[in-house]
Amino acid sequence: MWLKFEQRPQPSSLMRYLSPLIAVGLMLASGMLLFYLLGKNPVAGFRVFFLNPVRDSYGVAELFLKATPLMLCAVGLSVGFRANVWNIGAEGQLLVGALAAGAVALHFPDSHSPFLLPGMVLAGALGGMLWAAIPAWLRTRFNANEILTSLMLVYVAQLMVSWLVHGPWRDPDGFNFPQTKMFQAKALLPILVEGTRVNAALFIAIGALILGWVFMNRSFMGYQMKVAGQAENAGRYAGFSAKRAIWLGMLVGGGMAGIAGMSEVAGPVGQITEHISPGYGFAAMIVAFVGRLSPIGIFFSSLLLALLYMGGEQAQQYLALPSSISNVFQGMLLFFLLASDVFINYRPRWVGRRK
Amino acid sequence: MGLSFLSSILFATVVAGTPLIIVALGELVTEKAGVLNLGAEGIMSVGAVAAFAVAHGTHSPGLGILAGMAAGVLMSLLFAIAALTLLANQVASGLALSIFGVGLAAFIGKPYESVALASVPPIVIPYLNRIPVLGPALFEQQGLVYFSWALIAAVAWFLYRTKAGLVLRAVGESPVSAHSIGYGVVGIRYQAVLFGGAMAGIGGAFLSVFYTPMWVEGMVAGRGWIAIALVVFATWRPMRVMVGAYLFGGCMVTQMFVQGSGARISVPSQFLSALPYLATVLVLVIISRNRSTIRLNSPASLGQPFLPDV
Repeated sequence: MWLKFEQRPQPSSLMRYLSPLIAVGLMLASGMLLFYLLGKNPVAGFRVFFLNPVRDSYGVAELFLKATPLMLCAVGLSVGFRANVWNIGAEGQLLVGALAAGAVALHFPDSHSPFLLPGMVLAGALGGMLWAAIPAWLRTRFNANEILTSLMLVYVAQLMVSWLVHGPWRDPDGFNFPQTKMFQAKALLPILVEGTRVNAALFIAIGALILGWVFMNRSFMGYQMKVAGQAENAGRYAGFSAKRAIWLGMLVGGGMAGIAGMSEVAGPVGQITEHISPGYGFAAMIVAFVGRLSPIGIFFSSLLLALLYMGGEQAQQYLALPSSISNVFQGMLLFFLLASDVFINYRPRWVGRRK
Repeated sequence: MGLSFLSSILFATVVAGTPLIIVALGELVTEKAGVLNLGAEGIMSVGAVAAFAVAHGTHSPGLGILAGMAAGVLMSLLFAIAALTLLANQVASGLALSIFGVGLAAFIGKPYESVALASVPPIVIPYLNRIPVLGPALFEQQGLVYFSWALIAAVAWFLYRTKAGLVLRAVGESPVSAHSIGYGVVGIRYQAVLFGGAMAGIGGAFLSVFYTPMWVEGMVAGRGWIAIALVVFATWRPMRVMVGAYLFGGCMVTQMFVQGSGARISVPSQFLSALPYLATVLVLVIISRNRSTIRLNSPASLGQPFLPDV
């Protein structure tokens, strides 16, 4: 007996939505196995990792705080992913957006203008778009693979941040720490709930999710992107421009990632340092896939990935495990998702051994 | 600029290019079978940390290499199950492997940070190493440097001079035809992916056991991705991988070059560190600009899943 897959007549929509849940279940099971193998009590490990972070209202607020950049990046990426535009450099676009927003904040240290924060959001979006425009241009003009170019630019962006905070932008009164001055109060996003860190960027993110939903489900352009991704030839036949899909996918992804960068430097970080993002741009790809590239799904999956980040911190504190265990969980989640996605298009069948 | 300085630049270039050659050749064989595995960065990371742990525990660099290789095979097996058996999107599966591998390596490697490993003496080839300038760069190197040259010859010979190589290329060009004349496409692709994983594991081992030698989180620093770009740059030909790898190797040691040349230009170190990444973008543009170059040279079924209908 061996397992065989046969194509379903049409993709199973039940499995499409069940698959992320299966993946989460498998991730939890292997996570507990991992705790066991590391000599920890699996149940206690589960509690520390998945329940501890959200046991009080401060924890829940932190969950939303960390989910915000993930939502922003993921909803932007999902536009491109639908059209098979593989922008995997959101992390770099996030950083450049943070730099652009930070430049505005640092340039107007005394401004009381109500346009300062909107200006920073705009600068962040433009910075991210600029960084994403490079792979888009190289792809449409020179046919260079956007996967590799967008990723290479992540490293370049990281080095650019490093150079700025070690050199020209370093706080002269900062005891030589590689960081800029703290942003002034008017350049910080307002806190939503007193006593927590959750800030107005959450509204921007939810607004982006709604806009993303309208774009994907109610606009002709969004429809074209879907067709371009699902049936390339049909898209071409209908005259949908592949180049436009690439530009749109990259720019939306970059712009959103840039706003996410802004939300970090004008939010919990409050300045530019070398540690603006713990890999939000990469985790957002997982968020987008687990959320089925749909804004509603992305909302929930960003909370899940935010929980994984927080669980890692808890595991470091209470289980003496490195916080990079979050990345292990993230990777497992994506793997399990991709594996269980097979059941969307195929159904398993046990068949007799071939003679 | 003295000759000894030139010699040390060449030496450093060869060392920096070696992991790229090994990893890129593994990726090349994988891609020749029609499979795009973007997980090299993750495999290298896990290979590096596994090799470091074993080399540290056993004091045997050789066992370290074997451990790196074994870790690479296991990691690529994950990819193969997802992409070949479960027919998942290869790009997404490769990304998953990269994210997972980098995270796993950081997790496993935590206790080994700040642990040093004794550096391994090079294997000196007598007499030849006394050739001026080139001698030390070519004949006073680690075993894996010589291995990388042998690997180029072996891969070229395998792909273009053996029947198995022909079959592998056929599977990459047209899996349907290969399947219909009785070759097990999925099985061959499995082997190609596992070979690629083994090489990426060895490449990682070279970094942590011979090159630095230590383990730091993020030490692979994009070399896995550069190796994948190198395969495109080499238009899927083994000999050109070597040329490209040394070009990139040279790029990576520019820092040393600038500092050693005594030139009084003050360039921030970050600019020099960014060079290999910018160079990668540049060569991709140059090679890809001509669409037919890519179309003629890339395996026709690259990235396409294959489901046998029997």
